[in-house]
Amino acid sequence: MIRPLSARLANSLLLPALACTLLFSGCGGGASTSTTTSGGSGSGGSGASGANVVSVAVNAGPSNFGTDLLYASVTICVPGSTSQCQTIDGLQVDTGSSGLRILASALTLPLTQQMDSSGNTIAECEEFADGETWGPVQVADVSFGTEKAASLPIQIIGSTAANVATPPASCSNLGPIEDDLNSLEANGILGVGNFIQDCGEACAISSNQNAGLYYTCPTTGCVVTAEAVNNQVTNPVAFFATDNNGVILQLPSLSAPAATLSGSMIFGIGTESNNALSGQTVYTLDPNTGNISTTFKGTTYTDAAFLDSGSNGIYFLDATTTGMPVCTDLNFLYCPTATQNFSATNIGANGATASFNFSIGNGDTLTNNTDSAIPILGGPNPQTIDWGLPFFFGRNVYVAINGKTAGSATGPYWAY
Amino acid sequence: MRRFSTRSFPLQTVFTLSVLVAAFALPRPLSASLGGDATSVESDRAKMQASLQTTNKDRYTVHEMHSPNNVTVREFVSPAGKVFGVAWQGPTRPDMQQLLGSYFDQFIQAAHTQKSQTKSRGPISINEPGLVVHSSGHQRYFVGQAYIPQMLPANVQAQEIQ
Repeated sequence: MIRPLSARLANSLLLPALACTLLFSGCGGGASTSTTTSGGSGSGGSGASGANVVSVAVNAGPSNFGTDLLYASVTICVPGSTSQCQTIDGLQVDTGSSGLRILASALTLPLTQQMDSSGNTIAECEEFADGETWGPVQVADVSFGTEKAASLPIQIIGSTAANVATPPASCSNLGPIEDDLNSLEANGILGVGNFIQDCGEACAISSNQNAGLYYTCPTTGCVVTAEAVNNQVTNPVAFFATDNNGVILQLPSLSAPAATLSGSMIFGIGTESNNALSGQTVYTLDPNTGNISTTFKGTTYTDAAFLDSGSNGIYFLDATTTGMPVCTDLNFLYCPTATQNFSATNIGANGATASFNFSIGNGDTLTNNTDSAIPILGGPNPQTIDWGLPFFFGRNVYVAINGKTAGSATGPYWAY
Repeated sequence: MRRFSTRSFPLQTVFTLSVLVAAFALPRPLSASLGGDATSVESDRAKMQASLQTTNKDRYTVHEMHSPNNVTVREFVSPAGKVFGVAWQGPTRPDMQQLLGSYFDQFIQAAHTQKSQTKSRGPISINEPGLVVHSSGHQRYFVGQAYIPQMLPANVQAQEIQ
């Protein structure tokens, strides 16, 4: 619902500049991303260090030519094993979802398949804005350096295992199936969003109220099943022994497109000396939708905005509202002749509010080269505001998990 | 008005003719929703096991369905009796094959084309001469609209399909 909300404009709560340590390190071991920043004009914001820090990077990624896609790596092991392990890089860091999903083609380990009480394979049809990932739920020990999630349910995408090799019609009827490197743009998705499980109670209900994401797969075909909350694909951070209440994404600001951009993901909020919540504005989320509100050009889009590192641009509203034409060929991007400067105000469910500036450039020009990190990429998204990865550039964004105390506030929230 | 919350529907208050249709069996046409006859609304409702509420507006009729698992679909029917647009919102997407009917294959093809043009992840935005689709959201929240530009009744704006 669009509610012109006049009384509630930001009192220009300027965000306190964050003191950032400029130690640049390999960040806590384990995640062996070997990306390098070549050139570019990144500055500020990045360079955390500690056992709870891993490096992340915007680069071309495993599918080559990725644009504004943020990657990390993870080490997974057969549950209980310290020798049957594999480090997988090129996982997209996604604050818009929860749960680890790995392409079968990138996986060499025999992980433990989750079964139902009748011994049938459990699989999932997980939805994203641009399609579905289909595949079996398996169990792995997942670690980022010393941070470890033991026996974590994860999704294997594009598996060729018996009974689950082909998505059922009830899954493929939801939209495009994303089951390979080309459709996923990554070796998998590292969902570190605001919820513990990807679905929660809605998938545990045994009735036609079930959300319908989980399947049991006997030889006769996969059918929707109720999946206990504890068995669902889960945000790995929530399984850590400590530092398990959320993450902070730190990416430097970027004044112009660059080949790559390196930053950090810090585990935990208010749990260590390097992840305190202090001075940031906390925007709590609607716990049902995972959204906040945004005011743009005098109109408030209530409960229709979200921060999503997994979206590769700022996707918002439409050509009429923004005053920018969409590109002729790439008509999912905006194509202003000159870069447009805007301001917007985010409003949390708790009423916290602050305005900020952002810019959108010409999508045709910006994507017509090999730059992977583009600070001003945007496109249409009628009635909805998706603060995608460019929003994270130059910010430390705190992502707190539902129900968990994180610093002086309780998740789900975003703070920056 | 932008969204139909799972908790409270912002109902347009004027011209409200609400009819809660019980789940009795109406004939189920093979042609499904988008671009189809108004009678195809019932096949969608049955598939969703949804309640149905019909609202007459100035230039069209809105058939709003709400499924037991909290997915809301609105189908927009022209005075000529054709479904010219559909919109959805919920913790999951509705069955798009059912909702888009004969346009589903075009939707899938166009979505793949979008990905092949630049390596992107995020909302699907399709603007083809005979089909517009916007699919957005994130885990636990999905929202979108689809319509056939040529079938929009006079003086109806695309923004109304939500």
